[in-house]
Amino acid sequence: MFESTSFTRSKQRSELIARAVFLLMTMLMVVPLVLIVGYLVYQAWPILSFDFLLTNPRNGMRAGGIWSPLLGTIYLVVISLVISTPIGVLAAVFLNEYARDSWFTRVIHLAVVNLAGVPSIVHALFGLGAFVLFAGLGKSVLAASLTLAIMTLPVIIASTKEALSSVPLSFREACWNVGATRWQTIRHVVLPNSIGGILTGVILQVSRAAGETAPIMFTGAVFYKAIQQGDIFAYGLFDQCMALSMHLFTISTQVPDVPKALPYGTAVVLLGAVLVVNALAIFVRFRLRSRRKW
Amino acid sequence: MEILAEKLIELLIRLCGVSAILFVFGIFFFVFREGAQLLFHGFKFGEFFFSQEWYPSSQSNVRYGALALIAGTASVTALAMLIAVPFGIGAAIFISEFCGPRAKESLKVTIELLAAIPSVVWGFVGLTVMNRVIISLFHTPIGLNVLNGGLILALMSVPIIVSIGEDALKAVPDSYREAALALGVTRWQLIYRVLVPAAKNGLLAAVLLGVGRAVGETMAVLMATGHAVKIPTSIFDSVRTLTATIAAELGEAPVHSNHYQVLFVIGILLFTITFLVNLAADLIVRGLRSK
Repeated sequence: MFESTSFTRSKQRSELIARAVFLLMTMLMVVPLVLIVGYLVYQAWPILSFDFLLTNPRNGMRAGGIWSPLLGTIYLVVISLVISTPIGVLAAVFLNEYARDSWFTRVIHLAVVNLAGVPSIVHALFGLGAFVLFAGLGKSVLAASLTLAIMTLPVIIASTKEALSSVPLSFREACWNVGATRWQTIRHVVLPNSIGGILTGVILQVSRAAGETAPIMFTGAVFYKAIQQGDIFAYGLFDQCMALSMHLFTISTQVPDVPKALPYGTAVVLLGAVLVVNALAIFVRFRLRSRRKW
Repeated sequence: MEILAEKLIELLIRLCGVSAILFVFGIFFFVFREGAQLLFHGFKFGEFFFSQEWYPSSQSNVRYGALALIAGTASVTALAMLIAVPFGIGAAIFISEFCGPRAKESLKVTIELLAAIPSVVWGFVGLTVMNRVIISLFHTPIGLNVLNGGLILALMSVPIIVSIGEDALKAVPDSYREAALALGVTRWQLIYRVLVPAAKNGLLAAVLLGVGRAVGETMAVLMATGHAVKIPTSIFDSVRTLTATIAAELGEAPVHSNHYQVLFVIGILLFTITFLVNLAADLIVRGLRSK
């Protein structure tokens, strides 16, 4: 009685084909990720060790490890974070808690979107013009960190804003009703309730800052600089430094006769750090979502 | 006292709030400032836009024709979009329409990780892996060309197209789907006749943001497209993009020389392009939301 007609059968078939086609399109995006990471790790495997992380590059960067660039990257990331996190969080507080829906707010929103879209090499030009030359910082850790800070600002603004807007309005209203001022409400109710989302933003900022190359190339990162091994205070604010991303670029394009495993090892450490940090952000987000009570 | 402290902190918040505007203006101002001297003193716009003779450090006859660089950026971006747009929107449709919640979540995480790979690592992949693959597949003498850069850029801009595109599809009301399904349409018809037309503005914004990303990408194309300043005639030609030119030459150009300033002029051009692209995308998304 309910035999399928040729029409329903052809419909089912087209359904299946549609599913297969779109699945294939999606997989063609996922597969490269797995293949690339797998291949890089495979090539880098012989060289990966703690020794690789903790020794300086030697012999014109053709031997040794990545201690000096690794430390440089940590410096740049931490300092840029210290600069941009407070500004970004407060900017998001302004956009979400203070700003009314006016043309001015819209201009700010547009500025944030455009700041996120400015090419990284233009950020480099800006950093060179503003911090290195105009402010007279010279090529230094500080100038490079400032450039990175401005570049990663939209990341923290966007995620903080999202975290703040997910705190229900009733929380704020309850607080205002007992006579708290606007800032007290933000300080004691809104911010504590959105700390997880802000944290996610900060973590994403770390991964973004760690991977960037172009903005630091002309503002503070150098091809080569030897530092004392094991000394974690080896760079000063006004020194130039090495950086992992820049180091990968240098040894894979600028230096001849580098043993093959060396750039692969550097790429895997950089990629691994960025992916682990991102995975951490995703984990934090999931934990928070499952714990949220409202 | 407390009121004063509160006023101070609110002032600080307002200041941080407008900081984004200050930074965007700051970027434009300082990039413009470095290039201004050249720009206002006999800069040959005709030569810059229509000549492909880029000899910025020639002793006898300096020429700043950026046509080949513009063509380089255009060709790599076009190829990247040719690949990334169908796949990105296809993936967005798959994630939004065919997936259960679990599969959806894990695919979105994968795409987020894909987006997190640093551009210098992509460049390294282009330089080592893709280079060899292209040489052995197509028997070209060199694998660093438009095809290589286009593939790498496609993989880099796909995540943004997928995530914005998926948002656009999610915004299509379920009642549209239900109405179509009740009429007995196939899944294809639902996608082509209902979903894509209904979400077309959001999908367009996704594509625009992908273009913005591809035009501004620096390290990956610097490493993967070879270093030939010429207008490509096939996808197996090496090219150099606007971004790569700045990255490659800024280190060698003496500060405040004409060569140094022309690189900042290229920076102004790039800033203008991405500004317009992002503005357009934002206007489209805004228009969508207010409807």
